[in-house]
Amino acid sequence: MLEGILLTIATAATPLLIAAVGELVVERSGVLNLGVEGMMVMGAVTGFGVALATGSPWLGVLAAIIVGALFSLLFGFLTLTLVTNQVATGLALTLLGLGLAGMLGESFVGLPGVKMIYIYIPGLTDLPLVGKLFFGQDPLFYVSILLTAGVAYFLFKTRAGLTLRSVGDNHASAHALGIKVIGIRYMAVMFGGACAGLAGAYLSLVYTPQWNENMTAGRGWIALALVVFASWRPWRVLAGAYLFGAVSIGQLHAQALGIGVPSQLLSSLPYLATVVVLVLISRNRRLTMVNTPASLGRPFVPDR
Amino acid sequence: MDTTPLANGPNLLEVRGLTKIFGTLKACDQVDLTIAKGEIHALLGENGAGKSTLVKMLFGSLEPNAGEIGWNGKTVNITSPGVAKKLGIGMVFQHFSLFEALTAAENIALSLADDTPISTIAAKARALSYSYGLPLDPDSLVGDLSVGERQRIEIIRCLLQTPELIILDEPTSVLTPQEADKLFETLERLRAEGKSILYISHRLDEVRRLCDRATIMRHGKVVGHCDPRQETPASLARLMVGTDVKNAERTTASVRGQELLSICGMSRKPAGPFSMPLKNIWLEVAGGEVIGIAGVAGNGQGELFEAISGEALQDSADAIRIRGQAAGRMGISARRLLGAAFVPEERLGHGAAPRMRLSENLLLSRHTTDGKAFVGTAGLVKSGAIQKAAQRIIQAMDVRKSAPDPEAAALSGGNLQKFIIGRELDRNPAVMVVNQPTWGVDAGAAARIRQALIELARNGSAVLVISQDLDELFEISDSIAVMHNGELSKPIPIAEATLERIGLLMGGAEPGHLDHEKEVA
Repeated sequence: MLEGILLTIATAATPLLIAAVGELVVERSGVLNLGVEGMMVMGAVTGFGVALATGSPWLGVLAAIIVGALFSLLFGFLTLTLVTNQVATGLALTLLGLGLAGMLGESFVGLPGVKMIYIYIPGLTDLPLVGKLFFGQDPLFYVSILLTAGVAYFLFKTRAGLTLRSVGDNHASAHALGIKVIGIRYMAVMFGGACAGLAGAYLSLVYTPQWNENMTAGRGWIALALVVFASWRPWRVLAGAYLFGAVSIGQLHAQALGIGVPSQLLSSLPYLATVVVLVLISRNRRLTMVNTPASLGRPFVPDR
Repeated sequence: MDTTPLANGPNLLEVRGLTKIFGTLKACDQVDLTIAKGEIHALLGENGAGKSTLVKMLFGSLEPNAGEIGWNGKTVNITSPGVAKKLGIGMVFQHFSLFEALTAAENIALSLADDTPISTIAAKARALSYSYGLPLDPDSLVGDLSVGERQRIEIIRCLLQTPELIILDEPTSVLTPQEADKLFETLERLRAEGKSILYISHRLDEVRRLCDRATIMRHGKVVGHCDPRQETPASLARLMVGTDVKNAERTTASVRGQELLSICGMSRKPAGPFSMPLKNIWLEVAGGEVIGIAGVAGNGQGELFEAISGEALQDSADAIRIRGQAAGRMGISARRLLGAAFVPEERLGHGAAPRMRLSENLLLSRHTTDGKAFVGTAGLVKSGAIQKAAQRIIQAMDVRKSAPDPEAAALSGGNLQKFIIGRELDRNPAVMVVNQPTWGVDAGAAARIRQALIELARNGSAVLVISQDLDELFEISDSIAVMHNGELSKPIPIAEATLERIGLLMGGAEPGHLDHEKEVA
């Protein structure tokens, strides 16, 4: 029972974690992309379609990553090259993604999808309690943990990560030092798009291997909130994603047990919990100030 | 970078006919400049003369419209700061180009070559900073550092790149005189090593002491060259401005009147993670006197101004008294109604709303204090009366403008500052508090503002001036107090104040407040 609950929590948290870590990198470079939901749903429909056509979930994942990155490139071109408003463009990207995915996926509705095969290591996976948790999950679960570790290492231990953070902190200074602000932001935006695409593929290939129009169900927005909640630190994004996952699964079980709380209230618990933690976290103003990318959402136009 | 051979010369840098046009304004017009190897070359000029535009073109952050830059005898095309760095041009910016959320070492690392291992930079920076007499802690967060310390990082960051030409834009404006001395020693050492330095400063004494040659700019054009060591500060100022510059005249201090502004043991917690707390501040300003507050920027002067003006309230009403009334809990308008006037440091956005007309800016600051004069029945604005008052201020302060009632942002810094000061003087305040009255203001306007402040005091008002410009404070103050690390020293009467003594207090070498407490006890 407990093992089952823990496994479902991991499954609920993984897509949030992947999308949020990607968005974290984007925001650390000073760009606010509100189009996570749109990029995610594009990834979901692409992953589903390609896996269905080829029979290979891995090709589906790859296609979802590429489409997510390409879709974010549109956002990058508009906000970075044409200097449109980032908030409005991000919202437009979400609307476009939802509409486009609905249209592309019309013929997929009701079709059985291709499910990704879970890891099985004889001996280890069969261990009681921890076996399945650590050695028997879907491959993308491990990818999400490695991704978090990789991003944390990249941002705080490598020179390229330092450069990226500097661009997010003060793009004018970075430009004055000869750092290519726009180029770095393009890379960051595309990384975020690729992650959102991967998170989408997780939904349509692992979480529920099928396609329906509303399958992202606001997870892109939760991922965005998690980045802020985690004050732009990768390991806290992981903690936040699992907290959100735990509360959403917990409330489902509570509903099933039929405790005397209205189900609407229980359904709102994950959101409520996230808001409360968000408020508590931001009380440490120093920490928030130090980690908040100061140039977030501000357009950069070098004067020449 | 395209390089084509050019007539060989002994000069490191040869600039010919460099022009930069913004809209209709020629910020730089056919500028020629040569810098030899191993010389310290001064670039002089008033605000808006085109100095910053010129050096930005040399550093690749701006693209010239015409002209060419010769480097070591070759014509080069400096398309970005990265190219400038590769050539061997380093720059210390006037407005810092540091990253607040990163540590000092990380800030330095960002401007070094890509293959420098990050782990070794902290040690390298520490060693270099001590060898140049500019000590710094590489692990501290830049946001926590004072402006002087930030300047050190800028300088060390530039030196670590071992440039052939170092451009310094107003490097000493945030240093104490002692720190500036250390910087001069460093620069002289670099000159001896054969490096060239382009030195931009308003401080003519420094230029005379340090520089081998000077190029003077006015309105975007080079108007002359000189050997600064052969000139006097007055003759250099005349070259820069084009006419003689008068110092403000100060009649001997009149009789000290009643205390009009009293600050009694005021403290304040830091407002944000990067701001300074105020620690037990005592100060009395009497009618008829000008008290100056010196200090390296970022030592609590901004926080002090906010506390006095009422932007930040005190816990105790008695901490601040204006004309005898306890005002510590009053808002800005209530304090103004007591007869106080305030001019903040930042002109655009704080002292004036940039996109609003001068007359509207006048109404914004005085609708409460002069409600009857400017606002009629049912809250309707009396535009005629406001226009008249605006014209009165413009004439009294000689504000030069291009339209009858322009937007605040359309005025030059000096003219807007004259208007903002004039707006407060027009009310004939009993207490006047000004933060950085002439920061970034050209010499002519600065003289006018200083004269107005002295006259206000001589007519019986209490004037408190917070400034980083020591020459200004020595020119207008009757006493000077020094802020360091959120503490305020006892005011030193001008007759006893020397540059050295003030400088030591600014560096925190002599705890001024202890002195003060002894006398109180």
